[in-house]
Amino acid sequence: MKRYFDFYASMMRMSVLEQWQYPVANYFYMIGMLAEPVIYMVVWSAVANQQGGSVGGYTPGSLAAYYIVWTLVRQMNIAFTPYGWEWRIRQGRLSMSLMRPIHPLHEDVAFFAGWKVVMIVLWIPLALALSFFFKPDLHPTLLEGIIFFVSIWMAYLIRTITLSLLGMVTFWTTRVSALFELYFAAELIFSGRLVPLSLMPEWVQQAAWFMPFRWAFGFPIEALVSSMTVNDLFAGLGMQLAWVFFGILVVSQVWKVAIRQFSAVGG
Amino acid sequence: MSSVISISKLAKHYQVPEREAGLKAAAKGLFKRKYKTVKAVDGISFDIQPGEVVGFLGPNGAGKTTTLKMLTGLLHPTSGEVSVLGFEPAKRPHDYLRQITLVMGNRNQLSWDLPALDSFDLQRAIYSIPTDEFKKTRDEFIELLDLKDLVQKPVRNLSLGERMKMEFVGALLHKPKILFLDEPTLGLDVTMQKRIRTFVAEYNQRYGATVLLTSHYMADVEALCRRVIVIHHGQLLFDGDLSALVEKFSAFKTVGFTLENPAADLSQYGDVVSVDGSRVTMRVPKEKTSAVTSRLLNDLSVEDLTVEAAPIEDVIESVFSVRKEALE
Repeated sequence: MKRYFDFYASMMRMSVLEQWQYPVANYFYMIGMLAEPVIYMVVWSAVANQQGGSVGGYTPGSLAAYYIVWTLVRQMNIAFTPYGWEWRIRQGRLSMSLMRPIHPLHEDVAFFAGWKVVMIVLWIPLALALSFFFKPDLHPTLLEGIIFFVSIWMAYLIRTITLSLLGMVTFWTTRVSALFELYFAAELIFSGRLVPLSLMPEWVQQAAWFMPFRWAFGFPIEALVSSMTVNDLFAGLGMQLAWVFFGILVVSQVWKVAIRQFSAVGG
Repeated sequence: MSSVISISKLAKHYQVPEREAGLKAAAKGLFKRKYKTVKAVDGISFDIQPGEVVGFLGPNGAGKTTTLKMLTGLLHPTSGEVSVLGFEPAKRPHDYLRQITLVMGNRNQLSWDLPALDSFDLQRAIYSIPTDEFKKTRDEFIELLDLKDLVQKPVRNLSLGERMKMEFVGALLHKPKILFLDEPTLGLDVTMQKRIRTFVAEYNQRYGATVLLTSHYMADVEALCRRVIVIHHGQLLFDGDLSALVEKFSAFKTVGFTLENPAADLSQYGDVVSVDGSRVTMRVPKEKTSAVTSRLLNDLSVEDLTVEAAPIEDVIESVFSVRKEALE
């Protein structure tokens, strides 16, 4: 355990150092990602105003809160994509990782976790600027704040696991992009990324409960923005935990089969 | 002494899809695919003793890198047996990975944007090296490779040779017992190649490590390896001392001499390879070397004369050109 702690601390430290080399690039990257939530926010606020001040219980203020928190969760959601898997196999980087006495997925998790520390720091001024313009209505309790903090890291783990599973498809075929597009479409609908899930049809909300997308995106936002009961907050956290454990189990089993397919084409 | 590397009838075969060109063949391929079996490694066997430095030679596509990848556990063999340090590499147990390293000349594992010292610290954490031991080994290697002034520069600002030296430090910090070196001097200038060779030799002597080296630079092989294993088309062609390889496959010797009168006709003595002022280099059939040198000394006014074995590159080339059947 101490060994893993030491590794995570070292890898995260390295990632922070690397990312601080390019603060401007990281900022531009974040700003580029703001367009999507700002469009959603403007559109849904207009709809709320047209319907007498709220839509599905969301006022323009709570929609602003939802989408501003969305921007942080989106940053936390960034993980190694299947394109990244393709790249690292072609470049021979996976071979070098496989030579180390530590699972390559630990490297991914630790590296991106370190990057997130930088992104959270960079996000704060952006969030303040967005709050200045869009006046979010946000009054979280201490418990909601704590649950939110834990749940964004759990969300990160869930998305890392699901994308890793997709990434492992590259052991069989290098054309995994089509699958990724399908995943992306499902994520858009069932996660709360496009719109708060409570504004979606009932069947979408019910289906979303049994899929990983909501737990990797919508739930942390709802935990902070919506007034969820304590039971719902802990039930959500429990679902996240269940998805993490289930995901680790599936990943470890798929990995055993996938690694036998590895042909180390890139070196 | 028991072998540290032992492979028996090792094979790696790939199923590669193939089809003819054109739309018709493409459409047909949708329903019925044809595959061809490529035998990258085809039943090779050898043993390596602790502390040996062995050159693993062969032309491009011979199966060298595929064999290295099976030895390091990156690839699962199609058939045959592999044992390295008593482990089955394909299972990649952590205890095994802690005792080996793979250095590839065209790959890097150091962070591009940070000084190499940061990457070294990550290696410490990955291999759970005690801090005191880590610092001692790191400083020892830095001194051996004369890197003191470079370790604090971002890796991206280093030259290719400097980066390669850093890669070696990073790859050896955990003091592996076995080094798999795949073209480690690729693209380096002569001075840097020599530096790397000296370092590998020093590491081998200090720590008694076993080294399996592939390189197209014969200077690497000559400087480091007493024993060579030659493969071609996935099959073993030769396994033995480098000197025996030269003796067995070198049909010629190189005779060099300086003439007082460079205008003399030399064609009757052998093939003239080069004439540089009064210095002449000739290629002479091995069995005629004594006779030719005697005649040269009798017939001409020769100032000095040297007889050398053919360059190792020429020997290796002749090995590859000989059919395998003829070697057995």
